[in-house]
Amino acid sequence: MNTVIDDNFDEKAEWDEIIQPHTHLLDLPLKEVWRYRDLLFLLVKRDFVATYKQTILGPIWFFLQPILTTLTFTLIFGRIAKISTDGMPMLLFYMAGITLWNYFSECINRTATVFKDNEAVFGKVYFPRLVMPLSIVISNLVKLCIQFSLFLLFWIYYIVTGNAVHPNMAILLTPILIIIMGGLGLGFGMIISAMTTKYRDLSFLLTFGIQLLMYATPVIYPLSSISSKYKWLIMANPMSSVIETFRYAFLGSGVFNGSGLSYSAGFMIIIMALGTIIFNKVEKSFMDTV
Amino acid sequence: MSTVIKVENLGKQYRLGEVGTGTLSHDLNRWWARMRGKEDPFAKIGEANDRTRKGQSEYVWALQDINFEVKAGEVLGIIGRNGAGKSTLLKILSKVTKPSTGQIKTRGRIASLLEVGTGFHPEMTGRENVYLNGAIMGMTKSEISRKFDEIVDFAGVERYIDTPVKRYSSGMYVRLAFAVAAHLEPEILIVDEVLAVGDAEFQKKCLGKMKDVSVNDGRTVLFVSHNMAAVSALCNTGLLLKNGGICALGEIQNIISIYSKIGNGIGGQTIDESVPNPGQKLKIRSVRVINELGDVSAHIDNAYRAFIELTFEVLKEGRGYDVSIELVHTGYGTIFGSTLKDVDPAANDGNIFMEGIYKYKVALPVDLLRAGDYIINAAGAVPKVEMLDEYKYETYFSLTDSISPVAKTTEGRRGAILPVLNWERV
Repeated sequence: MNTVIDDNFDEKAEWDEIIQPHTHLLDLPLKEVWRYRDLLFLLVKRDFVATYKQTILGPIWFFLQPILTTLTFTLIFGRIAKISTDGMPMLLFYMAGITLWNYFSECINRTATVFKDNEAVFGKVYFPRLVMPLSIVISNLVKLCIQFSLFLLFWIYYIVTGNAVHPNMAILLTPILIIIMGGLGLGFGMIISAMTTKYRDLSFLLTFGIQLLMYATPVIYPLSSISSKYKWLIMANPMSSVIETFRYAFLGSGVFNGSGLSYSAGFMIIIMALGTIIFNKVEKSFMDTV
Repeated sequence: MSTVIKVENLGKQYRLGEVGTGTLSHDLNRWWARMRGKEDPFAKIGEANDRTRKGQSEYVWALQDINFEVKAGEVLGIIGRNGAGKSTLLKILSKVTKPSTGQIKTRGRIASLLEVGTGFHPEMTGRENVYLNGAIMGMTKSEISRKFDEIVDFAGVERYIDTPVKRYSSGMYVRLAFAVAAHLEPEILIVDEVLAVGDAEFQKKCLGKMKDVSVNDGRTVLFVSHNMAAVSALCNTGLLLKNGGICALGEIQNIISIYSKIGNGIGGQTIDESVPNPGQKLKIRSVRVINELGDVSAHIDNAYRAFIELTFEVLKEGRGYDVSIELVHTGYGTIFGSTLKDVDPAANDGNIFMEGIYKYKVALPVDLLRAGDYIINAAGAVPKVEMLDEYKYETYFSLTDSISPVAKTTEGRRGAILPVLNWERV
């Protein structure tokens, strides 16, 4: 008699977890990600320690990277190709574009290879996989802050020396711009990472694709230099409004277009949602295909 | 005791060969089938996972029809040859990969140790790695801080804790990694062969810790190992996997015994020529599985006849002796038992057995038996009075099924035997 009662009790008792072949698409482990937040920050920390521990210059590389790229761009696009900078100081113009673009492209690049890079860990232990791409975006955010402060230094120098720089209240939009870029990078990266686990070919296209996208974004040229015939094409790129708004806010050049920015934000939300869903679906079985 | 893990109809299918060619077309096929509400066209094909045989299909079932339960506080040893499906089972249990069919229900926090030092970064110090590794395994920062001293103490690496782990000896590395895992305090701990590393003293320490976890704290442990001494010392129940299916489940000593037979490929016969104990009345000398040709064989196909040959020696003449055999399927348990008394009136009448060697042969009803691994238990006794000699889990053979209805189709069927019954329309 007792055992019968026990059995009934067992049947009714709730299981903490049920592992099944298929889960619902919208069954996102967001609560779990929150529970693993300590891991998130330890991973960000690891990123920094691991990258610069055995280099001589250490964190100075964070500064050198954008400076060297800015100088190269100034030389090639500014001096040789003589592309317009809307009358802005070339150094500031390119640096603004590069700082932002670096953040976006790093987010995509590193998120896109997240499965391949972490194969060893993912194959041995479970934690909500979403933590990994999130940690990438956050650690890139820290890098962005460092490079952004470098940009601010140059920016202040140019203002003090009385150059034609006209900052305005749109500066307050900066956090929103950063969120849009991070979200776009994360979303695109997650979609690509999910697809590369099965179709490796995509990882070859990625480097090329991002480069191409940079030329379709007003990074090395101002939007105003594009003829109105092709403007819609550039504006269809959600990154365009972000960079234009940023230049407008800090330098006073470029265009600020509220609807363009809203378009970018909407695009980001859709890509993020799509990316999260796809990533979450693939992470359950990628070990068998990677 | 309540059940903490319930595995139901679990299966895992893998694709063999080069993944990447033809995946797009297979994916499209699958998607098209799902759109029409049909079954996955690739789920049906595929065969049991016997890596030694060349299969026909590109798909293989690394695990199939796995059903078992684990109770709270149980220490389950999972054993089997390489490729039997142990690691796949652990990976599904640890949520590293998902099953293809079936489900697993669990109760309580699970921590799995499929490898020691997962996520350890060589450039980071021991301290940093303890935090990172602990967090990867699901601990919060404050939990780790609370146990930090205990972990370092267990690992015995105080002096090196602020040195990058790439400067550690491999032994120190493993000690530190295991120490983190040992302090997780999950309700269910899954451990895969981690004890293969480290020196003997540390291995003993790990085993001790795991025993401690199960006995004192009442936690459940699932332990995969090829080290039978460790399994035997630690576990109370065993699960033997073979070619992706459950071959046997039960008390650990029996399971280890079956495994050693299968593992060594011996079986088919048990011969005992040792000197009997003083005063012993009857001794079983041999138990043999004989095929149709009259040879001893550990592999029987049910299209041909097969026999059990039992030889025993009566050392002291006496009354009421009886010998019996029992056929045990490693997955389904005892199928039947049979004794000499069933048919021999002399034994039945309690006639005197004179001293000497006796040899009997019984035909096995192979047409009823399903494929699998079988064990023959043999015993000599005076029924209800005394046990004279006994061989349990010593003689083993495997049976292939080529005649039953199940063998001819792809359908599955439950039940320990596969009789063909006469269906009459009335």
